[in-house]
Amino acid sequence: MRSEQPPVLFVVLAVVGIAFFVLPLVGLIYRAPWETALIDLTAPEALTALRLSFVVSLAATALALVLGVPLAWIYARVPFRGRDVVRALTTLPMILPPVVGGVALLFAFGRRGLFGQALDSMFGIRLPFTTAGAVLAATFVAMPFLVLTVEAGLRSMDRRYEDAARTLGAGRWLVFRRVTLPLIAPSIFAGAVLCWARALGEFGATITFAGNLPGTTQTLPLAVYIALETRPEVAVMLSLVLLAISLAILVAMRDRYLRAF
Amino acid sequence: MLTAQVGLRLGALDLDVSIDAAPGEIVAILGPNGAGKTTFLRAVAGLVPIAQGRVSLDGVVLDDAARDIHLPPERRPIGVVFQDYLLFPHLSAIENVAFGLRARGLPGREAHARAASWLDRLGLAEQADIRPRALSGGQAQRVALARALAIDPRLLLLDEPLAALDASARGDVRRDLKRHLASFAGIRIVITHDPLEAIALADRLVILERGRVVQTGSPADVTQRPRSRYVADLVGMNLLRGIATAGQVALAGGATLQSADGVDGEVFAVVHPRAVALHRARPEGSPRNVWRGRASALDFQGDRVRVRVEGEMPIIAEVTPAAVRELELAEGGEVWVSVKATEITVYPA
Repeated sequence: MRSEQPPVLFVVLAVVGIAFFVLPLVGLIYRAPWETALIDLTAPEALTALRLSFVVSLAATALALVLGVPLAWIYARVPFRGRDVVRALTTLPMILPPVVGGVALLFAFGRRGLFGQALDSMFGIRLPFTTAGAVLAATFVAMPFLVLTVEAGLRSMDRRYEDAARTLGAGRWLVFRRVTLPLIAPSIFAGAVLCWARALGEFGATITFAGNLPGTTQTLPLAVYIALETRPEVAVMLSLVLLAISLAILVAMRDRYLRAF
Repeated sequence: MLTAQVGLRLGALDLDVSIDAAPGEIVAILGPNGAGKTTFLRAVAGLVPIAQGRVSLDGVVLDDAARDIHLPPERRPIGVVFQDYLLFPHLSAIENVAFGLRARGLPGREAHARAASWLDRLGLAEQADIRPRALSGGQAQRVALARALAIDPRLLLLDEPLAALDASARGDVRRDLKRHLASFAGIRIVITHDPLEAIALADRLVILERGRVVQTGSPADVTQRPRSRYVADLVGMNLLRGIATAGQVALAGGATLQSADGVDGEVFAVVHPRAVALHRARPEGSPRNVWRGRASALDFQGDRVRVRVEGEMPIIAEVTPAAVRELELAEGGEVWVSVKATEITVYPA
């Protein structure tokens, strides 16, 4: 890379830009009650929220993988009428305010919702205010990250490898399993990590659709929000946990995987 | 026996090609980029559906557009060595070779053993556990060949098997490839844009241009009697076209050539650049063909110089650097050209 002498104005603005992101973190770390950190983090409500967050975000990632990889494959490989519109619909949660997503989920799968009523009467399944509902809310907002990343991976892979596999006698399923999947593994991994990170941080759709029940739907971000009013030192420590996880993800992936976007 | 009539349109390409190959034959399909060589190979392999025509191999119909028959690639007894080899990057050399055997239902242990013996045969025993990334170009090519041959195909298709290699490695790899191709008894079709490669490897050349076969024949026949500007340029010959009557060839541009061959009608006339002499003034003597032109380009090739002469009969002459100095040849300078009638080969177009 060619290094260049930067204009003073750019340096000033860039420093302000960096400060804008760093100062809140400094505030958080400065206010952190390090003496009582262990006690705060091992408080039962903190541990419960932490455990639930992992369960919900991992379940959401698993669900997104099962539904999202085939969806990405269809988007990348099957040209059909209205594909762009359908893709836009499934990407919408990325830019939609999560609260709106939560409201929409409530009207669809809520107890009185369009499909929720049927689910309840026919199968006895109730999603709102359950952990399954929290998983659904997290999947709703996080899956688009996986789908877009995997689709980009499928589009950029050299399809002639699949041709080579077919001339060697492999049917379509075998080609997918032994050639396509391994070749797009980096994209799937990157997509899954992004999806998981988004699910871990999910707040709006979850609190709207699944509520804020400790042990059932109260994930880490919800616990932070609640704790802020009652025990701010716990909120700070839980925030730092989320911060550390997010930073670790970004550093681990760097631009190597984010470039798949 | 392969009988392939392939008709299809793909983007700007309009392919209509009929190629037969006998058992044991090595056929090279030679043509410029975009001629449809790779598309033909993909159609025969079943990777591209054909719109018209029929492909059959040893009596088994693989494609028949009229009867809507299309055997998928995985069920064709055809091995393909792709351009760039396309070795699966996530598998070791031996896993690459075993891939086709596993896909055909062979148990892992046996597939592995057979793959190992193929690698051994191609001198790659030590590279068995290496990923393609770490193989040299020549080694990768042999792994690709082993992978294609391991499935015991009746027909082997090779798409530009040497194009991915450094010029320095190409000669050795070509000799190796020729040896390995010779040990395979089925039909072999090599696709290339390199005449040297085609002549070195094949028994028969098929020249493909803009989706059509323009010439087919032995390497000697094709190089001595080119039937298209493309082939003539490849083998470095001057190719002229005209109408012959009693040893006089009237060229399209209006000029006339004297030839010693007694062919009449539409003809090609070829002249080797070595047979074209250049003079400062109008020459006197035996040459029957003398005309005036302008040296438009001088191309120095070691101990020879190729001079393009424009005029009523454009032609390329090959002379020595010393001659260029003596003639005081410069680009744009006037020059006289002479060619003996006996140096012109004329054959029906």
